[in-house]
Amino acid sequence: MGEVILEMIGISKHFGATRALDRVSLAARSREVLALMGENGAGKSTLMKILSGIYPPDAGEIRLAGQRVRLDTPAAARRAGINLIYQELSVVPNLSVAENIFLGAEPRTRFGGVDHARMRHATQRLLDQLDARFDPHTPAHKLSVANQQQVEIARALAQQSRVLIMDEPTAALSKHESERLFAMIAALRNQDIAIIYISHRMEEVSQLADRIIVLRDGGQVGHFARGDCSPRQLVRLMVGRPLDDIYPPPSDTAQGPVKLEVLNLGGGKVASASFQVRAGEILGLAGLVGAGRSELARLIFGADAKQRGTLRLDGAPIDIRSPRDAMRHGIGYVPEDRKSQGLFLQLTMQANTTMNVLREHARGGVLDLPALRTLTRQAIARLAIKAPDEAGRVAGLSGGNQQKVLLARWLAIRPRVLILDEPTRGVDIGAKAEIYRLIHQLAHQGVAIVCISSELAEIVGISHRVAVMRAGRIAGELRGKQISPESIMMLASPRFSAHASS
Amino acid sequence: MPSPTHGVHALTRRFGMLPVLVALYLGFYLLTLPLSEHGASHFLTLDNTLNILRQTAINLVLASGMTFVILTAGIDLSVGSMLAVSAVLGMLTSLPAHYPALALPVFVLAGLAMGLMNGAMVAFLGINPFVATLGTMTALRGAAYLLADGTTVLNNDIPSFEWVGNGSLLAIPWLVWLAAGVVLASWFILTRTILGLHIYAVGGNAQAARLTGIRVGLVLLFVYAISGLFAGLAGAMSASRLYGANGHWGTGYELDAIAAVVLGGTSLAGGIGSIWGTAIGALIIGVMNNGLTIMGVSSFWQYVAKGIVIVLAVILDKWRQQHHDRH
Repeated sequence: MGEVILEMIGISKHFGATRALDRVSLAARSREVLALMGENGAGKSTLMKILSGIYPPDAGEIRLAGQRVRLDTPAAARRAGINLIYQELSVVPNLSVAENIFLGAEPRTRFGGVDHARMRHATQRLLDQLDARFDPHTPAHKLSVANQQQVEIARALAQQSRVLIMDEPTAALSKHESERLFAMIAALRNQDIAIIYISHRMEEVSQLADRIIVLRDGGQVGHFARGDCSPRQLVRLMVGRPLDDIYPPPSDTAQGPVKLEVLNLGGGKVASASFQVRAGEILGLAGLVGAGRSELARLIFGADAKQRGTLRLDGAPIDIRSPRDAMRHGIGYVPEDRKSQGLFLQLTMQANTTMNVLREHARGGVLDLPALRTLTRQAIARLAIKAPDEAGRVAGLSGGNQQKVLLARWLAIRPRVLILDEPTRGVDIGAKAEIYRLIHQLAHQGVAIVCISSELAEIVGISHRVAVMRAGRIAGELRGKQISPESIMMLASPRFSAHASS
Repeated sequence: MPSPTHGVHALTRRFGMLPVLVALYLGFYLLTLPLSEHGASHFLTLDNTLNILRQTAINLVLASGMTFVILTAGIDLSVGSMLAVSAVLGMLTSLPAHYPALALPVFVLAGLAMGLMNGAMVAFLGINPFVATLGTMTALRGAAYLLADGTTVLNNDIPSFEWVGNGSLLAIPWLVWLAAGVVLASWFILTRTILGLHIYAVGGNAQAARLTGIRVGLVLLFVYAISGLFAGLAGAMSASRLYGANGHWGTGYELDAIAAVVLGGTSLAGGIGSIWGTAIGALIIGVMNNGLTIMGVSSFWQYVAKGIVIVLAVILDKWRQQHHDRH
């Protein structure tokens, strides 16, 4: 552990009447990874935005190597050597890797032109250092998300960054890519640089962090060295209440008859998939990213055209050619990316929650407004949606509350089959627990549930039965005691299953 | 309130540009005072106010249709050309040798038919709205000249629709009543019906709209159809007012209509906006045209002033919204 590079002392920030940060202090040292944990809305992002010059603090001071600094603009923060790598990456798609890394700071030739040779060499050196295997000439848009992230990190290194902040860097990465990122972070630790790692994923933090600071409601509620705090304790601190288990106890509901039957369904990335779900059953659909899970869900729901296969509902064949058809049969689909595929961010909560049932609450196409308002209030109460302003746009809600709004929309159709695609992605742990409870409650009421998730713990925690996809096919099913992260990974990864089948 | 904007949000959004309108109105009043005898302004009179409303009526009708289209993140460049075609067709119908009694339905249905054509291209052939309506704007302009045979179709005897452009009800011109009716009907559709909510949904997030069972194609077809219908009505209004029609009519009207919508705070990216905003936007343009003319400003300078006001007003709106969002 090196010397202190960055200190934030007594930082406070208010937005109107909302206290976002209350006298938070932290110190980041070189040669260490400092993890910042907290639920959505705990103040992590605000703190980092202050550090990267986006907001000025109301009170408190920031010191770099002992010197007090003012970070009034993002440019000032970058000049001071503070680099933030956002969840949404900011590479320029049509520029090359090298051009991205040296954007705005290109090495010059004697004649004032860009020194391409020097730029390429420097880029290659940086890429080697990060163990990145792509060419400096590659246009950035051809890179995977993980590689684009490496470009951003390389950019920070090229700018002689002293503080590198990573905000949920694994949110869009596969497991393998995440592991490479961790290796890279471990390597960076040996340099004279302080790394602040923001995450609410317990495994990552316990793997990476030398120290952990936990924020809740804008205040610091915990500060630990690695190993001084169990994951359970961390969760409890983040949530602020004892949390027995975020997964409800496995219900021993007597499962009903087969509700939905998928037979040799194929199209696009899905080669051929067959499975059944019973009324009252939660079927976990696991698999690696790209195995075709969402694609299968979209085929069932009629969002994409199927090329072969049949669907049966309650034993009778059904013909689904569009989401409308699926909805008519009582099949709902909560898509994985709520912002781009689910919500109408600029519309109100009422519009968002009632969009699927407008017809039932209208006469001759004219809306029955009081009925819709009542419906919305009921949804807010049932799902415990926390909204500052019932009439505000859903864009202003937290991730968890946005997800609940989307769930409310699909609950409104009283689904018989509900397909949930990554239902807790980007949702804080409190809301996660509530969503799991809700899923169980729905199953209890006889809804057949298909739950797609990339979080193994989630699949294991909530499913009665698990179907694992690999390369567009159902590679196998697990039930009862067979369900474990290891058995799912065995079925999901091509390497292991080749062994298994030989 | 079902409208996608509510409460304080709604007030600032709906009346966003109202202060600009009021300021312009008072500004012209003060500026025209020195030009007037007996210390009374020519600008601030009941007559002139009705004048402004009458001059604004046609643009307001076109802008209402445009609001529907822009709310779905589209654009309709062909409204001026549709106005010309429907005006010429209606006037031809009104000639004694044809079917004078059917002129009014011809105006409106011609507009509707052309709007459906735009809608079909955008909704079912997937053509970019800018390109599709740029095409129809050009082609229909040519069609209007061809139908009018390059001249002006005149008819001073139009009993079946003379009232549209020249009659009054309760001392207020029918032109104004019609425009107000169009605004009210649009408001009702946009805020009180399933279709209205679907329009906002499609404009806000077409992918999500499809995944929630909304028939996106039909919604798009509707917005272009209603834009065409309103352009046909505007054709009737202008043909009746001037007892004639030619191929040149309505040239550039699409730009005034778009300006009114944008001034009214409707987002070109779709999903955000209101018909009240459009009404205020159209009135701002109307007040500018009228006031500058009364002040004797040359039409060249009027263009310059109008352009500047449009850009300034939108900058003001953007600035205000940023402050609002950052509470």
